[in-house]
Amino acid sequence: MSDTVSDRLAQIARNGTPGLLTLFLVFFSLAPFNFPGSALMMPPLALMAVFHWGIYRPDLLPGPLVFVLGLLQDVLSGGPLGMWAAVFLVVHAVMAAQRRFFLGKKFVVEWLGFALVVPVVFLATWLMGSAYVGAFADPGLILIQALLTVAFYPVMSWLMSVVRRTVGRI
Amino acid sequence: MRAPKGNVLRVAVPIRNVLQRFAFVLLIGSAFALMLLGRLDNAVVERVRLGIVDAFAPVMDVVSRPVSAVNALADNIRELANLRTELARVQAENERLLQWQTVARRLEAENAAFRSLLSAKSETSSFLIAARVVADAGGPFVRTVLLNAGRRDGVRKGQAVVNAEGLVGRIAEVGERSSRVLLLSDLNSRVPVVNERSGQRGVLAGDNSEWPQLVFLPNQAQVQPGDPVVTSGVGGVLPPGLPIGIVAATGDGVVRIQPLVNWHRLEFVRVVRYELPRIDGTPDQR
Repeated sequence: MSDTVSDRLAQIARNGTPGLLTLFLVFFSLAPFNFPGSALMMPPLALMAVFHWGIYRPDLLPGPLVFVLGLLQDVLSGGPLGMWAAVFLVVHAVMAAQRRFFLGKKFVVEWLGFALVVPVVFLATWLMGSAYVGAFADPGLILIQALLTVAFYPVMSWLMSVVRRTVGRI
Repeated sequence: MRAPKGNVLRVAVPIRNVLQRFAFVLLIGSAFALMLLGRLDNAVVERVRLGIVDAFAPVMDVVSRPVSAVNALADNIRELANLRTELARVQAENERLLQWQTVARRLEAENAAFRSLLSAKSETSSFLIAARVVADAGGPFVRTVLLNAGRRDGVRKGQAVVNAEGLVGRIAEVGERSSRVLLLSDLNSRVPVVNERSGQRGVLAGDNSEWPQLVFLPNQAQVQPGDPVVTSGVGGVLPPGLPIGIVAATGDGVVRIQPLVNWHRLEFVRVVRYELPRIDGTPDQR
């Protein structure tokens, strides 16, 4: 029992960071940007966090938390309820099973893995969302959103790695 | 890394795995159950959803502020870049508006004179509630924005939302301090409108594209590109005469309206609190 207060605070910071960061990404992806079409094609940033932390620290972003964050994304965006919650959970479960494959590999492997997950995710959300609203959503929009999601992943992953290392050092 | 040893590990790991699998199935099940419940417009789900949005509205407000600062900066740079052309345009517009101002003043005076001759009562009372867009949700399936004004500010379901350009949409859900606006372009948006030139009434129906459709027209041949379209006030929820847009195209049986509102630049809007006079003369307190 050599835990001091600062040790414990450091541990709380370490354990809480992935969840808080993902929460922030949920908020940030819904913020009103002025770029034409930004609201329509905004990549689901929290999905990138679920993927990234699913590889490196799945223990710090557990399934139930991922579910709650996905649900929050659904509720705040006013979209189909439970859609992102289900997607986040499945991605989280897949990553928990496959993470050993990605650990220690080059970043390109991680990116390729993400690029494989994204089409499946967007096909699923397209079908679920279209069934929910009762009309097929514009597949062109979904395609652009999916491409943007893959394109933004390196930046987000790099940012999260920096955060992970910084917090890990505390 | 903390590693349990020996017997503890042999028992704890399978139990943990079973529990995790059980939790996964349970959560996936509840996600799909929620999807179904949300689709069925369940009252309890609706209330919980509003409660959550309400709770997070202040956070969204805070997060959106730096974003709008960045937006403003980008606007500034853009404006500086075409200051000259912008100035010329504004001067020309100002000249035109000054002429209109004279016309409007004359008409206003004339109207007042006629009204007093007829001793007609002023039709309605309406006032405006200013609000800020704190979340631009949208996405491929819905076209909505979240406002930082709710029931405590006087916002009610169904009210019109306008900005300086024209009608933006109407209030779909109201929380205590936040509300959700269903934009004109949303798949579920239906607004009774009138063609100002021909006087024809119709309904503006969103279909998730940027230009909503004009439907239920008595005679489509009478619609011409460029016709201004405004709210008709039919139904008594929206005030009549709010500008919406112009007829853009009338090709192959589909009449599309180009809205005056620029969907990418919604920041400050106003909710129109509009009350039809009731038969007994007191305003409706809905």
